[in-house]
Amino acid sequence: MSGTFVGMPAFPKAAHEAVNNATLRGNLRHATHTIRTKRAKAVAELSDWAELREAGKRIKDHTLRHLDRYLTQLEESVTAAGGVVHWAADAEEANRIVTALVKMTGESEVVKVKSMATQEIGLNEALEAAGIHAYETDLAELIVQLGKDRPSHILVPAIHRNRGEIRDIFVREMGEWGRPAPEGLTDTPAELAEAARLHLREKFLRAKVGISGANFMVAETGTLVVVESEGNGRMCLTLPETLISVVGIEKIVPSWRDLEVFLQTLPRSSTAERMNPYTSMWTGTTDGDGPQTFHLVLLDNGRTDTLADEVGRQALRCIRCSACLNVCPVYERAGGHAYGSVYPGPIGAILSPQLRGTASEIDASLPYASSLCGACYEVCPVAIDIPEVLVHLRERIAEGGRVTKDGNTVVLKPAKGHAAERAAMRAARWAFSHPGAMGAGQRLASRTRRFHPRTLPGPGRAWSATRELPAVPAESFREWWQRTRGGKDTTK
Amino acid sequence: MSSRDLILGRVRRALADVPRDGAPPAPERPGKDSPYEEAVARSYLREHGSRSVAETVDLLAENLADYRAIVHRSTEEELPYVIMRLLAERGAQYVLVPPRLPPEWMSAADPTQVHDRAVSTPHELDRVASVVTGCAVAVAETGTIVLDGSPDQGRRRITLIPDHHICVVRVPDQVVASVPQALERLDPARPLTWISGPSATSDIELDRVEGVHGPRTLEVVLVSGE
Repeated sequence: MSGTFVGMPAFPKAAHEAVNNATLRGNLRHATHTIRTKRAKAVAELSDWAELREAGKRIKDHTLRHLDRYLTQLEESVTAAGGVVHWAADAEEANRIVTALVKMTGESEVVKVKSMATQEIGLNEALEAAGIHAYETDLAELIVQLGKDRPSHILVPAIHRNRGEIRDIFVREMGEWGRPAPEGLTDTPAELAEAARLHLREKFLRAKVGISGANFMVAETGTLVVVESEGNGRMCLTLPETLISVVGIEKIVPSWRDLEVFLQTLPRSSTAERMNPYTSMWTGTTDGDGPQTFHLVLLDNGRTDTLADEVGRQALRCIRCSACLNVCPVYERAGGHAYGSVYPGPIGAILSPQLRGTASEIDASLPYASSLCGACYEVCPVAIDIPEVLVHLRERIAEGGRVTKDGNTVVLKPAKGHAAERAAMRAARWAFSHPGAMGAGQRLASRTRRFHPRTLPGPGRAWSATRELPAVPAESFREWWQRTRGGKDTTK
Repeated sequence: MSSRDLILGRVRRALADVPRDGAPPAPERPGKDSPYEEAVARSYLREHGSRSVAETVDLLAENLADYRAIVHRSTEEELPYVIMRLLAERGAQYVLVPPRLPPEWMSAADPTQVHDRAVSTPHELDRVASVVTGCAVAVAETGTIVLDGSPDQGRRRITLIPDHHICVVRVPDQVVASVPQALERLDPARPLTWISGPSATSDIELDRVEGVHGPRTLEVVLVSGE
């Protein structure tokens, strides 16, 4: 991934600052609880939810297992339908391709559909550097862009802002970008949405180039799918002459029929609706309807490295519904910015360190940004075992080991900060393999239990500041067993 | 090495540990009975609950209304008058019509009919307040209408730019119960637009607001054959 969030502090520090912001916590709590309740209701309407979830998981796993075949099949079908396919190994290459494609049109502005992939590669910044203005057209993305802010949620990027803050941003910034906010704008959501409509419509109607991502790509037909609510997506996908879609290689499904699973699970999991207001599906170009030039940029940018990890590759099943964010107790309190990535929340905690590698402090801290409560796994519509991957990544960071980076196998060194943990583990290993020594230690601990401190000294102080030290029992289990059962088998 | 070969090579190396399952990939042409379909168990339902044809149409009406579409029912004879009334209520002077909307649908309407020509700019279309179209299929369980760009529905932009969309659904022929049944009826080669209620956003404190960029008002007329 590119350096969109360069210089972010590690999660513990960012989270510590975020939880002290009462407005942020209030906004987040309201939003996550609202959507979580609604989602449960929408899911309960489908009696076969468990079967849909299992099918979604299997379709994605099958696709990943044959990803090379499906990628080449998709390339053929998109080309046959009149599209042009490009391959981008990393963010820089994707940005270079898109910039060149826009320059070829002679245009200096583009309209954009909300897309995680283009956020991930920092496309807007790359275009800006080339003198091309990219306008975000999703209402929440517009709020983020006008507020010179960063997105904090996959589905609702401006979830951290309340209506008053949004009004102030519109009044202050809209005039800088185009049509100013209407006189006397209040903070009612309807008026704010109307202001966005007026501001963006002039851009839609004159735009010659649209840029999007896609929720799904169908290998057998070459069809791309974008789900959205506002109609801004339809504007960008159909009004311009040229459409450029930047899509991660994991977004493929093999067959047209596969959409029947995800078009049922995605809307209910993300916006908690039976169906989102608009879904656009296009296959290459259509004579006389919509863009007559269509480019598809297939993006790797760390995805094949993720695919190489036997435990972590399941993160590539993700359909970006954001249900895991809304149930996560850590996300609810820390907010999306603390994760230092375009993918916040539980899925971000496993996806970002895999896509970017764990070299930076923030990426090495992300697998620890979780309470491992498992709520994220329960709601995931493609059954990604996020806790399993979190634990796997923690082990990799603490112990080091072989990982794939840019297609090459590299050996990671154990992280520096974990020396004490590793020493403790070494000591535990020794003790467990020397029963006599362990028994002696246990007896000693039991007899001195009244003199044990409540908090740990030295480097352990931070750990015990927020935790109760476990009490040492008066006798060990082994001793108790010896005493009460005499070591005899009493089942007979 | 091209980035294409680079990426495909990385994918193959990344999957070196995985025993390739026997299932071949999806067929070259769309078809339901490919070996791929057998590779993925599909134990989920083709539709949820059992309903009579009339009940399926009722469910469509109910779910459309739940997402703030305005639903009307009419017979074929009444349809021109229903359309006339809906346009009159909006005070529409001009109405966009696709190239081959059944002419009798508009036979009673007063507004001047505007055709979407290839040379029309989006700015020109923006001056028209209403559009009348047919549809390809409607999905009862989700309250969705699907447009496929057929001549009675027109280019995608005509149902997007005007603020008021009247969509005529023939019941029961064009109504299916579920998403799986809808996909079976659709041709992926066509540009498809699935519409579930009017344009909406929940981006501000998750309060749902209807009408951002697409039509603010969606009226669906369920027209029965008899």
